[in-house]
Amino acid sequence: MTGCIVKAVGIAAPGLHGWSASLDVLRGSATHVPTPESPYAPALLPQNERRRATAAVRQAFRAAEDAVAGFSAAGLASVFASSDADMAVLNRICSALAQSPRVISPTDFHNSVHNAASGYWSIAVQSMQPTTTLAAFDASFTAGLVEAVALARERDADVLLVVYDAVAPEPLLTKRPLAHSAGVALVLGSSAQDNATPLARIELGFAGGGETRCANESLEAMRVANPALRALPLLELLAAGRAGSVSLRGPGELRVTVDCKPWT
Amino acid sequence: MKPLAITSYTVTSAVGRGRAAHLAALRAEKTGLAEQRFADAALPCWIGAVAGLESVSLPRELANWDCRNNRLAELALGADGFLDAVGAARARYGAARIGVFVGTSTSGVHQTELAFAGRARDAAGAAAGALPDWFDYRTTQSTFSVADYTRLRLGLAGIASSVSAACASSAKVFASAARAIEAGFCDAAIVGGVDSLCLTTLYGFNALQLVSPEICRPADAERKGLSIGEAGGFALLERAQPGATACLGAGESSDAHHMSQPRPDGAGAVLAMRSALGTLAPQQVSYINLHGTATPANDSSEDTAVTTLFGTHTPCSSTKGWTGHTLGAAGIVEAAISLLAIEQGFMPRSLNTRTLDPKISAAVLLGARTGKVEYVLSNSFGFGGTNCSVLFGPAPVERA
Repeated sequence: MTGCIVKAVGIAAPGLHGWSASLDVLRGSATHVPTPESPYAPALLPQNERRRATAAVRQAFRAAEDAVAGFSAAGLASVFASSDADMAVLNRICSALAQSPRVISPTDFHNSVHNAASGYWSIAVQSMQPTTTLAAFDASFTAGLVEAVALARERDADVLLVVYDAVAPEPLLTKRPLAHSAGVALVLGSSAQDNATPLARIELGFAGGGETRCANESLEAMRVANPALRALPLLELLAAGRAGSVSLRGPGELRVTVDCKPWT
Repeated sequence: MKPLAITSYTVTSAVGRGRAAHLAALRAEKTGLAEQRFADAALPCWIGAVAGLESVSLPRELANWDCRNNRLAELALGADGFLDAVGAARARYGAARIGVFVGTSTSGVHQTELAFAGRARDAAGAAAGALPDWFDYRTTQSTFSVADYTRLRLGLAGIASSVSAACASSAKVFASAARAIEAGFCDAAIVGGVDSLCLTTLYGFNALQLVSPEICRPADAERKGLSIGEAGGFALLERAQPGATACLGAGESSDAHHMSQPRPDGAGAVLAMRSALGTLAPQQVSYINLHGTATPANDSSEDTAVTTLFGTHTPCSSTKGWTGHTLGAAGIVEAAISLLAIEQGFMPRSLNTRTLDPKISAAVLLGARTGKVEYVLSNSFGFGGTNCSVLFGPAPVERA
């Protein structure tokens, strides 16, 4: 078993507008109403980059900024995980390439890289720390978590994990039908040295069997409709401050189990 | 990081299929680049296309994964006895204990380009309506597709992901594999990179005015930009015995500067190289395989970084004059060339470089060199300001 400490959480999804505001819903003491998110202007991005940042990048920032409040963001190494990164840009580029003459916007092209959000983040917080970007389709949260735990151990330092995916426009939407955009972020660390009390200690393992579902129907619908929200069963444990174990989708038949013990 | 032995590796690019083809081309100074068109692209430029992809067929049970990028993965996996080496490792470790980390920047996007071109047209001739039924997003376009294909093709059942950090992708796989093994998430790892030609990168780099109309000329005073190539390569990493040729370090950093321009002062690259070296003194490095894309900005910024850390005497060269810039596959291609350099005591020249840019002061090789090659550093940098350097050499007798 390999683990780390969860120090902070961020979330941006319909009806889950930030970690603090989502606690009651995740604890089951308030009803989840999937109200859409309002438009978001990342607070940390410089003007020039803010103008160029796409909806997918904003989605990543929304969760990341929620999680890092209270941390020195420039000092955090980071892992960004996304199944599809920016499908709106992909849709635009592939549409442009199907026309004559073929004209791609240079900004679209640099925004098309899977690590665009990670690049904007390092510029925004002026961090020269390592950052990596992964994809594992619907297991992207799990792959990101595995990588971030390994990175926190390797560096013996805090790591920001950001997992996000944004809805595609048509015609791509039919081929990759995510129901809504969402982002989840965690600050993970190998030791609890700061003044702030961590949320929990987690240990990762492997198992077969099924994925843990959300008991609440509305949250369960959210969980399966965006790869980032495969994290919801874990976030429910963290919000409730409950000990427990969840089984998350892995890249294949494998499940990744997360044993969670609240920090007391 | 703890050294990881490279117990098997392979590379396929425009130069040829497998290590022997690469070594022969490097020695003969024969480029794989050609002035030709990809698909119906009308751009006048040189490209590094892998021959024979049209006739590659995937195993029947993986037929849904069929696209140019996974065909290139299939072609690459089948060379140099790599499948057998992985089979033996699978028997030793178990299928669930070998991780898979594959770098790609564009995965199967060419399939998506074909799907968009295949949309019905409305009366005015504009594309309209749905994408064709044959287009399968998950198995082709999805960034994970190539890592998933690799995992399934090799019969592995452990952790797997695509690392997609632009042109640093398949250098960063070494870092991801090392920490996954160290954390105990796997006992060995397949690392690799596959990126294939597509309209997106040709027209995209063209829009940024980074594509050279002539063959790319890294570090040349008259360099006009990059030539795009495609390639696939893989390596099997296992905990190293002393003396084994190993990956000794993988350093990562961010520029925090600009989405598509490197920091002129090379400070991000310096951080990555220093981190890869660990405790090894810079003067112990025999040869540096440069990122060397042949764009004016990259070669100049990288030169500043290299000379900041190494001074002006460490032999170095870019090998993109042979393969073109293979983007998300560049890291693994140049890792393979670095390993060939160590095995053969051979340092390739900077191909197509006629007159070294007088502003470049690193020891760029204008002719091949032979001699003992002990430690090699390989650089890969990408959009988003992401940097990665990987160090190869003999695993020390006492582990670091």
